Amino acid sequence: MAWVKLHPLYVRIFHWLNAFAIVVMIMSGWQIYNASPLFEGLTFPPAFTLGGWLGGAIQFHLAAMWLFVVNLLIYLLFGFTSGRFHMRFLPLYPRDVLHDLWAAMTFRLKHDSHDYNAVQKLFYIGVIGAMLMTFLSGLVVWKPVQMQALSLVFGNYATARYVHFAGMSLICAFIVVHLALVLLVPSTLLPMITGRAKEFPKKENQHVA
Amino acid sequence: MLLKRGNKLLQPSRELISTERRLFMGRSLSLGALMMLTGCEAPADDSSVQRILDAMQSWNDKAQGFIFSPNKLAPVYSEAEITPDFPFNAYYSEGKSPEVAEEGYKLELAGLIDKKDSWTLQQLRALPRESQITRHICVEGWSAIGKWGGVPLRNFLTTIGADTSAKYVSFKCADNYSTSIDMATALHPQTIMALTFADQVLPRKFGFPFKVRIPTKLGFKNPKHVMAIEVTNTYPGGYWEDQGYNWFSGS
Repeated sequence: MAWVKLHPLYVRIFHWLNAFAIVVMIMSGWQIYNASPLFEGLTFPPAFTLGGWLGGAIQFHLAAMWLFVVNLLIYLLFGFTSGRFHMRFLPLYPRDVLHDLWAAMTFRLKHDSHDYNAVQKLFYIGVIGAMLMTFLSGLVVWKPVQMQALSLVFGNYATARYVHFAGMSLICAFIVVHLALVLLVPSTLLPMITGRAKEFPKKENQHVA
Repeated sequence: MLLKRGNKLLQPSRELISTERRLFMGRSLSLGALMMLTGCEAPADDSSVQRILDAMQSWNDKAQGFIFSPNKLAPVYSEAEITPDFPFNAYYSEGKSPEVAEEGYKLELAGLIDKKDSWTLQQLRALPRESQITRHICVEGWSAIGKWGGVPLRNFLTTIGADTSAKYVSFKCADNYSTSIDMATALHPQTIMALTFADQVLPRKFGFPFKVRIPTKLGFKNPKHVMAIEVTNTYPGGYWEDQGYNWFSGS
């Protein structure tokens, strides 16, 4: 069976550095959140936090943020300039999203190509948006005075904290679905390490995958 | 640039680089190590993880010094936006706030200062004052808007002939608290020696006889009950900073 190149090297490097940075950011972020919860009654169990105490968590958070941000910006730069985003994520029509979502829910979604289906496209564009939103609101939470102009986008310092929390929640929702799908279709894991995947047979009267 | 203590750490040792590489390359290993760290105390000071965090702390101090713009003002608010019941916050409970007597109070001056005579509260009150309604942001995340009035620190530093080319201004407090700031922040127009809160004499719980109000820094960098000011080129640290809070902690 023939192999196809699926994920270029920069995508794979981005993916794993990002996975590491995001896990550190979220777990340390939960510890920081616990110091002054935004929602009454909602705190994160210590077992899922990182840093041991507020000061330690901030150290992890502000260290990993550089990896997260620099890695993300390099990925976006490559993705846009190489035309890969355009090729992989577009076109995207709401009708296709609804169609593919329904097909996926009823387990009739075809897996006969390495192209993303409309739901995947929406998810990847969405999580990139959520990461940018979390990054920018985080910048405001970190530097509310120096980033005053940007802070107006999110209201003020206090409201930017809610936006930051919402961005984190969206990323977490993505991670849950992403990991569930990898468990469901484990053959997607190896290509994110090796970069290559088995070619699908030519489409001829393909039935349910 | 700003931090003496950072210099040593910022020279990335070969060991540090290899540690970083190991961390980045062995993702399963790193995640495993992460899981082991969760819920536990902060890793011991000599662990490779802590060395990376220390190096990043120094880097963050430098980055913040670089980002800090000396004349960019913190947002100011209207009287109507002032937070009712402004919260008390310290490393002890409100009842343990030190009681500093007005009589006999003397602000001590030390370090790179020409006129080191101590100052009584009366002398401080005689200096021109300014007031501000700004947002106090705690390292914990919560924030509150309050009104403070007092003497701009930069005017005071000029009056006492402080060497404003020095790196640090350090504060010692009556509650055994201490903190220190960079000179650029000390000279910021909104950094004031606050003698009043809500147009009243600064109450005991908010730092009588005065607190240094710095709207461009997190709350714990705003010392209360200040007893001594020192201008120095030697990194002075502080109560929380010595325990691991980021030193610059600018807003």
